Amino acid sequence: MPDAVVELVDVNKWYGAFHALKDFSLEIGSGERVVICGPSGSGKSTVVRCINQLERHQKGTIRIDGVELTEDPKSVARIRSEVGMVFQQFNLFPHLTVLENLTLGPVKARGLSRKDAEARARHYLERVHIPDQADKRPIQLSGGQQQRVAIARSLCMEPRVLLFDEPTSALDPEMISEVLDVMVELAEDGMTMVVVTHEMGFARKVADNMVFMDAGETVEQGKPEHLFTNPRSERCRKFLSQILQH
Amino acid sequence: MKRAFLPLTVLVLVAGCSSSQNWGWYVIDPTTESGWTNVKFLASGMGATIQISLIAAVLSIVIGLIVALPGLSEKRGWRLVNRVYVEFIRSIPLLPMLFWVFYGMPIVFRSMGLNIPIDPFWGAIITLAVSDSAFTAEIYRAGIQSIARGQSEAAQTIGLNYYQTMRYVILPQAIRRILPPLANQFIYIVKMSAFASVIGMQELTRRANELVVTEYRPLEIYTLLIFEYLLLVLIISAGVRWLERRMGSDERGQ
Ligand SMILES: Nc1ncnc2c1ncn2[C@@H]1O[C@H](COP(=O)(O)OP(=O)(O)OP(=O)(O)O)[C@@H](O)[C@H]1O
Ligand SMILES: [Mg+2]
Repeated sequence: MPDAVVELVDVNKWYGAFHALKDFSLEIGSGERVVICGPSGSGKSTVVRCINQLERHQKGTIRIDGVELTEDPKSVARIRSEVGMVFQQFNLFPHLTVLENLTLGPVKARGLSRKDAEARARHYLERVHIPDQADKRPIQLSGGQQQRVAIARSLCMEPRVLLFDEPTSALDPEMISEVLDVMVELAEDGMTMVVVTHEMGFARKVADNMVFMDAGETVEQGKPEHLFTNPRSERCRKFLSQILQH
Repeated sequence: MKRAFLPLTVLVLVAGCSSSQNWGWYVIDPTTESGWTNVKFLASGMGATIQISLIAAVLSIVIGLIVALPGLSEKRGWRLVNRVYVEFIRSIPLLPMLFWVFYGMPIVFRSMGLNIPIDPFWGAIITLAVSDSAFTAEIYRAGIQSIARGQSEAAQTIGLNYYQTMRYVILPQAIRRILPPLANQFIYIVKMSAFASVIGMQELTRRANELVVTEYRPLEIYTLLIFEYLLLVLIISAGVRWLERRMGSDERGQ
């Protein structure tokens, strides 16, 4: 598949002696939305962290836009410019204002002028529906607003792929939908996304491909309806029935 | 307790001064001409003590950061560099290190074909800075490690390199926890600067030693010397407390 933006082929990752990813393969096409789910400790975070090289895999191949990732700092710098990431804990910079959080990457890493970076930041703040909070500190915002700032911060780097690692798990229930709504809008605009989440409503709505992982392996993948209605494996069926009960 | 201690000490000294034959405060009695000359002579070491301490502190702050950074690396080799430096430097008593720098280093330089003389001033500064840097390095390391890992990961994912991550994300947050202990370390440097007297540096302690030789009044002169250091340390302590209050209120104000 030549137009795959991200391609993982037989990726293996060990934490010390612990085998966290076992011959894991996944292909993400341009504009495709992939949802990854699975029980705790199954390696979901490890997959996304390997894609942007916050963790280095030991075996196998990861290609971004057809170019293989190596340990070369240039290669790492290239992924960082093409892959954005949204964390469960937001990880906003508490000593900076919202606007400064958003302009730091574009100004320092991309060499944008402050003026252009601010215009871009305000544009994306608008897109995540919080145009008025630019001069506040992250701590003055609600969790849902903070996560939307974090999404805007990633968007300011204009990445080709956006990774989300359980973006709503640290949020109070009433704030989950405001973040999911923003993510659905991004999906509708054609953003390529890899989302680790247990929000099955979101998966059903936007996922082109849903991956169910267990113990560092893909157990099953396919269209969400397919996994929901007739999963082939017992593990997948059990897991989905558990989380769909809530 | 601390408050009561100072007036008590002064009281005891004053009482001793007036009642006992063994005290000869006249040597540093500022109301007499010779006493005033002596006090001025003793206090004239203050400038050198402050200069040495300040320059050494600034150098220690710089060297400490440079030594701390490899200690935070994920690579074992870099961490080892940090450990070896810190453990080694920390284990050397100040006086031997001072002798080594002042008497030994010029020989090392000469053997390398360099003609770099080391005067007492720079000998003292180098020794104090290097010796103290092992401690400042540990202060930096603890301060930086107290910043959650997610911060540097977020910085990396928006494309910042190592230097930019430190400069714009980690250090501005860590500085609150680093500055107060760093300022405390400055008190340590001021006190240790007294050792510079043994290589001939004309600072507070050296002045006192010289006056003792001519006046033969060690008790009174060294008492005044102690109070000179006390004065310096009290000033720094006040500065540290001011700094801590400011940082604390900054944190709450966020
Ligand atoms: N830095 C690490 N060192 C050692 N083991 C780790 C490390 N990170 C993750 N692991 C282990 O690897 C396995 C997979 O971790 P990972 O975080 O990818 O799971 P996950 O599917 O994201 O789980 P969760 O739903 O709890 O976030 C877990 O068993 C975890 O304990
Ligand atoms: Mg996880």
